[in-house]
Amino acid sequence: MSRRRVDSQGSLGPDDEVMPYSDDETDDELDPASDAETEAPPGAPHPPLEPKTSEASWKVKANDRAYHHLPEFQRKVFLCIKKSKYSGNAIKTYKYNVLTFLPLNLFEQFKRAANLYFLGLLILQVIPQISTLPWYTTLVPLVLVLSITAMKDLVDDLARHRMDKEINNRKCEVLLDGRFQESKWRHIQVGDVVRLKKNDFIPADILLLSSSNPNSLCYVETAELDGETNLKFKMGLRVTDERLQEESQLARFDALIECEEPNNRLDKFTGTMLWRRERYPLDLDNMLLRGCKIRNTDFCHGLVIFAGADTKIMRNGGKTRFKRTKIDELMNYMVYTIFVLLILVAAGLAIGHTFWYEEIGSKAWYLYDGKDEDASYRGFLSFWGYIIVLNTMVPISLYVSVEVIRLGQSKFINWDLQMYFPEKDTPAKARTTTLNEQLGQIEYIFSDKTGTLTQNIMAFKKCTISGQTYGDPTTAEGVSLDRGRPVDFSWNRYADRKFQFMDHSLVALIRSRKDKDALEFFKLLSLCHTVMVEQKEDDLVYQAASPDEGALVTAARNFGYVFLSRTQDTITIREMDQETTYEMLALLDFNSDRKRMSIILRAPDGRIRLYCKGADTVIYERLSPNSRHKQSTQDALDRFANETLRTLCLCYRDVSRDEYDAWARKHKDASVTMTDREAALDRVYEQIENNLMLLGATAIEDKLQDGVPETIAKLAKADIKIWVLTGDKKETAENIGFSCELLTDDMQIHYGEDINEKLTVRQANRRNEPLSSGRNRKKAPEPFFPQPGKNALIITGGWLNEILYEKKKKRRRLRLRRLGKRAPPNSPQDGQPQDDWEKEMRQIDFVDMACECEAVICCRVTPKQKANVVSLVKKYKKAVTLSIGDGANDVNMIKTADIGVGISGQEGMQAVMSSDYAFAQFRYLQRLLLVHGRWSYIRMCKFLRYFFYKNFAFTLVHFWYSFFSGYSSQVAYEDWFITIYNVLYSSLPVLLVGLLDQDVNDKLSLKFPKLYLPGQQGLLFNYKNFFISLFHGIFTSLIIFFIPYGAFLQTMGQDGEAPSDYQSFAVVTASSLVITVNLQISLDTSYWTFVNCFAVLGSIAIYFGIMFDIHSAGIHVIFPSIFTFTGAASNALRQPYLWLTIILTVGISLLPVICIQFLHKTIWPSVGDKVQRHRKKYEMEEEEKKKPPAFQRGQRSRRSAYAFSHSRGYADLISSGRSIRRRPAARGGPQDSIREVPHREAENI
Amino acid sequence: MKEQQETANRPDNTAFTQQRLPAWQPMLSAGIVIPGFVIIGLAFIGIGIALFVTSQNIQVLERDYTGVENNSPCFKCSDPSTKNCVCKLDFSLDKLFEGPVFFYYGLSNYFQNYRKYGVSRDDRQLSGRLDNFQSPDEGCVPYQYDANNKPIVPCGSVANSLFNDTFKLYQIVNGARKLVPFDGKGIAWWTDHNVKYRNPSITPLKNAFNGTVKPTFWSKPAYELDPSDPANNGFVNQDFLVWMRRAALPDFRKLYRRITEGDYKNGLPAGNYSLEIAYNYPVLDFDGRKKVVFSNVSWMGGKNQFLGIAYLVIGSLCVVMSIVMLIVYAKFKFPDEE
Repeated sequence: MSRRRVDSQGSLGPDDEVMPYSDDETDDELDPASDAETEAPPGAPHPPLEPKTSEASWKVKANDRAYHHLPEFQRKVFLCIKKSKYSGNAIKTYKYNVLTFLPLNLFEQFKRAANLYFLGLLILQVIPQISTLPWYTTLVPLVLVLSITAMKDLVDDLARHRMDKEINNRKCEVLLDGRFQESKWRHIQVGDVVRLKKNDFIPADILLLSSSNPNSLCYVETAELDGETNLKFKMGLRVTDERLQEESQLARFDALIECEEPNNRLDKFTGTMLWRRERYPLDLDNMLLRGCKIRNTDFCHGLVIFAGADTKIMRNGGKTRFKRTKIDELMNYMVYTIFVLLILVAAGLAIGHTFWYEEIGSKAWYLYDGKDEDASYRGFLSFWGYIIVLNTMVPISLYVSVEVIRLGQSKFINWDLQMYFPEKDTPAKARTTTLNEQLGQIEYIFSDKTGTLTQNIMAFKKCTISGQTYGDPTTAEGVSLDRGRPVDFSWNRYADRKFQFMDHSLVALIRSRKDKDALEFFKLLSLCHTVMVEQKEDDLVYQAASPDEGALVTAARNFGYVFLSRTQDTITIREMDQETTYEMLALLDFNSDRKRMSIILRAPDGRIRLYCKGADTVIYERLSPNSRHKQSTQDALDRFANETLRTLCLCYRDVSRDEYDAWARKHKDASVTMTDREAALDRVYEQIENNLMLLGATAIEDKLQDGVPETIAKLAKADIKIWVLTGDKKETAENIGFSCELLTDDMQIHYGEDINEKLTVRQANRRNEPLSSGRNRKKAPEPFFPQPGKNALIITGGWLNEILYEKKKKRRRLRLRRLGKRAPPNSPQDGQPQDDWEKEMRQIDFVDMACECEAVICCRVTPKQKANVVSLVKKYKKAVTLSIGDGANDVNMIKTADIGVGISGQEGMQAVMSSDYAFAQFRYLQRLLLVHGRWSYIRMCKFLRYFFYKNFAFTLVHFWYSFFSGYSSQVAYEDWFITIYNVLYSSLPVLLVGLLDQDVNDKLSLKFPKLYLPGQQGLLFNYKNFFISLFHGIFTSLIIFFIPYGAFLQTMGQDGEAPSDYQSFAVVTASSLVITVNLQISLDTSYWTFVNCFAVLGSIAIYFGIMFDIHSAGIHVIFPSIFTFTGAASNALRQPYLWLTIILTVGISLLPVICIQFLHKTIWPSVGDKVQRHRKKYEMEEEEKKKPPAFQRGQRSRRSAYAFSHSRGYADLISSGRSIRRRPAARGGPQDSIREVPHREAENI
Repeated sequence: MKEQQETANRPDNTAFTQQRLPAWQPMLSAGIVIPGFVIIGLAFIGIGIALFVTSQNIQVLERDYTGVENNSPCFKCSDPSTKNCVCKLDFSLDKLFEGPVFFYYGLSNYFQNYRKYGVSRDDRQLSGRLDNFQSPDEGCVPYQYDANNKPIVPCGSVANSLFNDTFKLYQIVNGARKLVPFDGKGIAWWTDHNVKYRNPSITPLKNAFNGTVKPTFWSKPAYELDPSDPANNGFVNQDFLVWMRRAALPDFRKLYRRITEGDYKNGLPAGNYSLEIAYNYPVLDFDGRKKVVFSNVSWMGGKNQFLGIAYLVIGSLCVVMSIVMLIVYAKFKFPDEE
C-alpha cells in the first residue's frame, strides 16, 4: 500500500525539529494549574519567570543563629504568636501524637460522608421519641469500622514516628562556639556550619563551602532524591574552598546568603553570597541537598541554607494528587441514590403510619401510650424512626471492605512473580492501593518511548569516518562477512569486556595508526563528553549523564582512546599507549536547544582545538565549506537511520590563540550575568561553534525492551489504544513505532499538515452552519477518515500547538498584555479561534480524529504537552487513561492520567515516585491490565453488586413487615442480629470473593484479551447492575418476609404451643436470610478455594452459634433486659415446620436466580462464559504448546535519524565559568596538591 | 546483572501469593442445573404432598364469639357497659375430634407487634428483681406508676392488656352438662416459665408486691393469678406467659388449654358441646375480633395449607423450568461449540 508522506517542514507549518518551547514547570506550578488547564489553555506556557525581587528574600547569615529570629523574619503563626519563618531541622511527617491521635483521627474519619451519616444516625437513636433501634445496633458496626481504619492509621503513623525519630536523632557535627561539636540533626539551624563525613546523609540543604577533595569537590549519591545511583559531584565556590578549610576560618565565616525562597525544584537554585563586600553567584552545583549521601569524600563543610520542612526534598514529598476510580464515583452516586430511596421509603411509611394511627391505632386502647399527640406528629416521628430502622440500606461496612479488598489486590500485584524482574531484583509495586479495579477499565495508554518501549541501553554499532562506514562484520582485511565474530580487544588492557564490535577492519585501521581522521575520531570521543570516571579496583567505571555518551566513551576506550580521569580543567586520556593530559579551556554543554556539545582543549603542544559532537541538522549548518565527506557521511547517516540507529556527527575546529582569548572574555562575561545566564551563554557558544570540520558520525543502537511488540499487540486486541508520546524526533519515533509493531505497513499515516487541513475544513464547515443550531446540537460526527483502512497519526509538538491554537493564544495573550487592551476579533480566515467555544470544538475534533486512528504518535512533545494530550483524552472521551513512563519528563503525564505507571529502569526514580504502579519492564503491563486489572475489576464489581444486594435483602424485610405492624417501625429481626449481620454473618465470604475470585485463570486472561472488554465498557457495574441488585434484593426480601408470613398466619407448633410469636418469626426470617445470602454468594463464587468454603459454612455456623448463645438462659439471667430472646432459637428451630419454611424460603430465593443465570448464559453467552465453558480444553492446549516463537524484528524500509536522548550533562560542574581559570592538579594527585593551586580568584566573578 | 543471591526482593512463590490456590471452579452447566432442578422439583413436590395431606387430616373447629351480629350468642356481652357477662357458645361434633385437642383463643386486628407496645415492659422486673418492683423501667410509661405514683407491677402495656376472657367447656351428655377438664400446664414455653420469668424469692409472694399496685386493667394482682399453685402464680402464671409472648402478626391465636385428661384423652367424642365464656375483653372499639379454636396437631403442627401448596407450586415450577431450560439449551447449545 502506498503511504503518503507529507513534508511537514514546509514553509508554513511549524518546525518539526524543534520542541515547541522549553518548559520547566514543576509540581508547584502544575498542581494548581493543571485542573484549571483542562478548560483553559492546555499547554499555554507560563510567561518566562523574570527574576523577581522576592526570589532573593531568603537571607541566611553564617554562624549567626540570632539573625534568623529577627522580627523581619517572623511570621504570624497563630493569633499573635510569631515564629521565625526558618524551619528548624527536625522533621515531622507523622500526623498524630499520643494526645491528638484520638480526636484528630476521629475528626479525619468523620470527614467521610458515610461515617458522618452513621454518627448522625447514632444521635437520632439516642433521642427517645424516635429511637426505634437500640443505640448499639449502629454503634457496634461503626466502632468496628472506625477502629479498623484507626488501626491502619495508627500503624502507618507509628512507622512514621519511628522514621522521624531515627532521622531527627542522627548525628552530625555542627560548628558551635568556635568548634565542631556533635549534635543531633534536629538541633541544626539555618546558618549553621556543619561538617559531614564520608557516607553521611546530608541533614539539610547545605551550601558546600569546602571539602577534603581537591577544589572542594564533593561526590554525592542522589538515590533518595531521584533514584539515580551514579555519583554526582558538587563543588564549593573557589573563594570558600580557599579560605574556609580550617575550623577557625569557618568559625569566623560571616557571609550573608541571599537566595530564593524554599521551593521544590530539585533542578534549580539561584542565590548570591555576600562576603567581605564581594558578591558571588551560587547555583545548584554548590548545593548539597538533603537526602543525598556523601561519597568518596572524607569530609566536607557546608552552610545550612534550608532546614527541615524548607528543604527541597521535603517540599517535594507528600503532595500527591488524590485519584479516584470510576467505580468510586459510581459507588458514591449509588450511595446517594440509596439515601434518597431511604428517605422516600421512610416518608411513605410515615404517611402510612399517620393513616393507620388515625384509623386503628388511636382506637386501640391497649396501645395507649399516655401521650396526647396527633396522628401527623406521630407520622413525623415515625419518619425518623424508619430512617433509623432502614439505615442498613446504606452499607456501613462498604467503604472499609472496599479498602480491604483493594489492599489485598495491591498485595497480589506486589507478590506477582511474573511481574518480578530478576535481573534487577525488582518486583512490581502497587504504590497506591485505591486504583486497582480501574486497571481493568483502561481504554487509552500513553507511553513514553525511551526507557519504556526501549531499554535505554545503547550499544555503539557503527560509525562512518571520512566517508567510510564501519561496523558490519568484516575481517581485518576489509572483506565483508555474513556472520563475524566479535573483535578481540585483549590487546587493550583497559578494554571493557562487555563491548562487542564486529568490524575487524576498523580495529586494524586504528592499530596501524595510518588514518589520521580515525584517530582524531576516537580522540574526540574520548575527550568531548561529560562522563565522570571512577577507579574501582583496576577497573574504570564511567558515569554518564546519558547512555549514548557512555556508549561512545566506552567505544573509544576499547579502540584505544581511554578516558582516564578528569579534573576540573584537565582531561587525561590514554592515546593507544601514551598518556596525555589536555587542558580543558571550556566545556559547552549539551541542551535540548543546542543539540550539540563542544569542548575546547589545549593540547600539550599548545594548540587549541574545539571538538564538537551533535545532531546532524545542527552540525551540518555549522560545517566549514572546506569540510570534506559531507555527502558520503550524509548517505551513511541515512543508512544508519534506516537501521533504526541513533546517530551523532563529530567534528572539530582549530582555534587560534587570539580568537580564543577574545571569545573567553565574552564567555566570562556571559557566565556571570544574573539574568538569563543560560541564554547569554548559548549566544556566546554559538560564536565559536562554526566553521567545523566534519570527522564522521557514530551510530548507536537503541534496543527495544523484551516483549514490547507482543504486549502492544495483546493490548490492541483488548481494544486498548496506545499512544506514544515522546520527546524524540519524528523519524525516530516513527521508526520505533514500526519496530514495536504499533505502526504497520498497511496503515495510512497522517502528519501534522494533513491533520491541520482536515480540522480546518471541519471548523470552516461548522462556522458556515447557522450559529443557533451549530452550538448546542449534538449530532453524530461524521468520521474524519471515511475511506476504509487503518489510519495512524504522527504529530509533532509544534503542530500540536498549531492545531490546538496554543501558540497563537499565547502570542495573542502576550500581545494583549503589551497593548493592555482586547485585540480586535480575528477574521475567521487566519485559523484563529473566534472564542473559547471554537477552541474547545477544535480540541474535540482533534481528539475524535485521533481516536479514529489505530495508532497515534506524538513526537517532539514537552512533558507538559504530554500531560495535556492525556487530559484532552480524559476530558473529551471520558475514558480511563493510563500513562507509562520512566523518566522525569513523564512525571506530568503520569500524574495527569487516571493511572500512572512508572518503569523502574535506568533513568532514575522520579517517574516511579509519582506513579501509582511501578515495575521494571514494559511487557508486565499486559499482566497488570489483562490479569490483575481484569480480576480486580471483576472482583470489585461482584463485591459491590452483592454488597448492595445483601443489604437490600436484609433491610427491606422491615419494610414489608411494617404493613403488618401498624407502620410502627417494628423491626423484623432481633436487634442483635441487626447489629452483627453486616459484620459477621455476611461479610467474610463476599470479602473473600473480592480478594480471591477468578473466573478464568491468568493464562486464559492473557490468551483471550477480549475478556478485557467488559471492564472497559463498564458492563459489570453500572446503574443497570445496581438496579438489578436492588430488585434482586427486593425480591429476596419479599420472599424472606412473605413465605414465613404465610407459614405463620394460622399455625401452631408440634406440641400445640403457638409458635407464631414475634420472636420465632424473627428467628425464621433471620435464619432464612443468613442462609440465602450465604448461598447466594456461593453461587456468585466462581473460584472455590477451601477458604471460601470455610467462610460460607463458617458464616452460617457462626450465625447459629451466636444466636444460640444470645438466646441462651445464662446470658438472659445476667442481662435480662438486653438479651430478651431467651429460648427463641431453641423453641423455634425445634419445629420441623419452621425448618421447612426456611428451606422453602431459601429455595424460592435462589432457584429463580440459578434459572435466570443459566438461561442467560445459554442464550447470550459472554466471551467469559465461553472461555469458562471450555476452560479445561484451553488449559490443556496451554500446557501443550510452550512459549511462542521469539519475536523477529523485520527490516523496515523506514528512514530514521538520530535521537539525542541526552539530558544536560555534567558540563556545568566540570566547566562553567570557573574551570577556565584552573591549572591542572596532577592526576590522582594527593591531598597536598590542593594548596598548590595558584590563587587566581581575584579575577573571580 | 549479578548472581542469584541478589534476589532479596523476589516475591514468595506460594500458591496463595501467586493466586494459584487449588480451587474448584463450578459452572452452571446444563448437566448440573437441569437434573438438579428436576430433583429439587420432585423433592419439593414430595414435601408438598406430605405437608398438604398432613394438613388436610388435621381437624380444626373455629368459632368467632365477638358478638358483632345480633344473633350471635355473645351479642349481649359485646356492650362494654355489661359487667361479668357470661355467654354460651354451642356447637356439635359429628365425629370424634381426635386428641390431643388444643384449645386456643384468637384475636384479629390486634397489633401485639406494635413497636411501642412491645417494648412497654420491664424484663428485669419480670425476672423477679425487686429493685424494679419499686422503680419500673422507663419503657413502661404510661403504665409505670399509677395516679398515686405507686409503681405498677407488672408494668407496661403488654402486661396491662392481659387477655382476661375465661372459658369452660361442657359436653352435653343426655341433657346434662359434663365439664371437659382443661389442662393448663406447660402451655407456655419452658424457657419462659423457668428462665425468663421469675417470681421474687420471697414467701409469701404477696410480700414482694408491697407498695406496688396491680396493672390498671387487671381485676386482681399478679400474686393472685393462681393462688392454688405457686408454680402457676405471679409472673410464672401460664396464661400470663402466653400473653406476654407477643404475636408476630395482627391475627393470632394463643394456646389456652389442652384437653388431654379423663374421658377426653383420645379427643372430643361426637356430640353436643357448650362453651361457657366469661366475656371481659373489649375488642370492638378497635374493630377487633375474638374467636376460639379447637385443633389437633400433627408432626408439622397445626393446620396450615399454605406451606404444602407453596411446596407443590414451587416443585412443579422447578420441573417445568427444567423442561424449558432443556429446550433452550438444546436450541442454543450448538452455536458455541465452534
